[in-house]
Amino acid sequence: MTQLTIQTKKTGSAGAGVVIRIIRQWQVQLMVLPALALIFVFNYLPMYGVLTAFKDYNLIKGFNASPWVGFKHFEAFFQSPDFLKVMRNTLVISGLKFFIGFPAPIVLALMLNEVRHRFFKRFVQSVSYLPYFISWVIVAGFISSMLSIDNGSVNILLQKLKLIDEPLSFLSMPQYFWTILITANIWKDIGFNSIVFLAAIAGIDQTMYEAAEVDGASKFKQMFLITLPSIMPVVIIFMILAIGNLLNAGFEDILLLAKNPILWNVSDVLETYVFRIGIENLRYSFATAIGLFRAVISVILLVFANLIARRYGSSLW
Amino acid sequence: MVITIYAMLSILAFTTFYPFWNALVISFNEGKDTALGGVTFWPRVWTWDNYETVFKDDRLLQAFFISVLRTIVGTFMSILVTAVFAYGMTKRDLIGRKYYMIMCIVTIYFGGGLIPTYLLIRGLGLMDSFGVFIIPSLVSVWNMIIFRTFFSGLPEGLKESAKIDGCGDWGTFFRIVLPLSGPVIATLSLFTAVAHWNDWFVPSIYINKEYLIPIQTLLRQILNSNIATESLSQIDAAAAAALGRFRTITSRSLSMAIMMVATLPIVCVYPFVQRYFVKGVLIGSLKE
Repeated sequence: MTQLTIQTKKTGSAGAGVVIRIIRQWQVQLMVLPALALIFVFNYLPMYGVLTAFKDYNLIKGFNASPWVGFKHFEAFFQSPDFLKVMRNTLVISGLKFFIGFPAPIVLALMLNEVRHRFFKRFVQSVSYLPYFISWVIVAGFISSMLSIDNGSVNILLQKLKLIDEPLSFLSMPQYFWTILITANIWKDIGFNSIVFLAAIAGIDQTMYEAAEVDGASKFKQMFLITLPSIMPVVIIFMILAIGNLLNAGFEDILLLAKNPILWNVSDVLETYVFRIGIENLRYSFATAIGLFRAVISVILLVFANLIARRYGSSLW
Repeated sequence: MVITIYAMLSILAFTTFYPFWNALVISFNEGKDTALGGVTFWPRVWTWDNYETVFKDDRLLQAFFISVLRTIVGTFMSILVTAVFAYGMTKRDLIGRKYYMIMCIVTIYFGGGLIPTYLLIRGLGLMDSFGVFIIPSLVSVWNMIIFRTFFSGLPEGLKESAKIDGCGDWGTFFRIVLPLSGPVIATLSLFTAVAHWNDWFVPSIYINKEYLIPIQTLLRQILNSNIATESLSQIDAAAAAALGRFRTITSRSLSMAIMMVATLPIVCVYPFVQRYFVKGVLIGSLKE
């Protein structure tokens, strides 16, 4: 009994000690606490708000008064006809982005590395970085202007090449949507994403190339036997990140390019679906459930990808 | 092989550059004439009409003003708050530092998602207010980590001597640390500013008041109505042609002019900031 009181006294005084020490360093604490409060409000409260997925959220009643419904919304989503369609689109689009969009900047970096004219290299780099800084609204505007049925440049070119007889309205034809989307993404990000790989290439020991030259390896062989293996660690790290993002098929790009409802059959992915169901159709709980489903799978994918990467000696954490 | 590489890179540079150039050309070409087709590399009937219309439109000017305001205020506030936060986090004797850091890292991997965030912003009464542009993005965990790495690399002696001279933590930050952090501030400000300038989504869901809508969101609304006229022309080409005859300005030529105005600030600062963002990417991709 006496021991117990002593103990509580001890911890009590230690707690008070921490408070006093915190007050003593109020200047530093004042630097970090307001920012942490903001993080708490804008990052942690929404995490608690995820519980909306297990409720029948009603705007008038508010969060607390809305009734709990368990997994009702998840079941409804898995059984809805949209489920398979949305999952297919998500996997196809992110798969295409991964298999085509991910290697593209690496190829660009390898090509730029072969260029000996400094001016030409700098010019190509400067031009290719620019689209990264342009908003998707404007990129989508460019695309719909380029592909426009009345005298868009692409239609003019294809007609001159006699590939098509009549101008086509590409942005209202579902069979072209995936191609347009992937091309647009590569167009926008290829230059900027190549920066990291170019930096990795710049760090390669030049004596390896000299040795290869002496041994008579062609430029082409050097690229595959020296450059590519040397930048592999960087490539793998970015690949892990890309795998963790496999369920992020895109959001802004799809939202802006698939304005025509004809396209929704091929353009609806989890994120845009959440947006339309939640913000536009006001079915908050149902949309939150879909978002949560996506987030859980994403985290599992990231952990899984990291496990594989660890085997090959590089890891995110 | 070398020739193929040069050819492919030239094609890449051309396809990247052409949409900008073509949009610029169309914005200087008479709308009615553009509708006749064949305007690609050079304007055929030169005109300022499209730009005149843009700069006479109060709604567009207001939207432009909102964009500039939110970019300046948002970038300044976010960089300031994040840098102060990061400096505090470099202090080894900061009580709770480990827990604070964990609290930050968690947000990189987990989030509430679109709908819970939306309901929160609604609940906080930030709908239809200028604050929604600034407050939710005040602290960036990524930028904090980059700032922190940079601040930790500054010579310890400088901070020590400031302390001996009677500077508190805030004084040291503003008088010693901040003046030495030019490059990292420039880099992170650049990326923050671009994000603010390009954001159209936040206003599109949180803002209903017309006078608070920035240029990108307004541009999206205009381009959407543009699509409407395009699908109309598919149904009835004659009707579309008649629509065009009323005036020389078409929705297409006008939206190209607006797009150019919305892109201009970025294209103008682009050549000067290039060296910073290359550096920035490399700082950002460094492993902690």
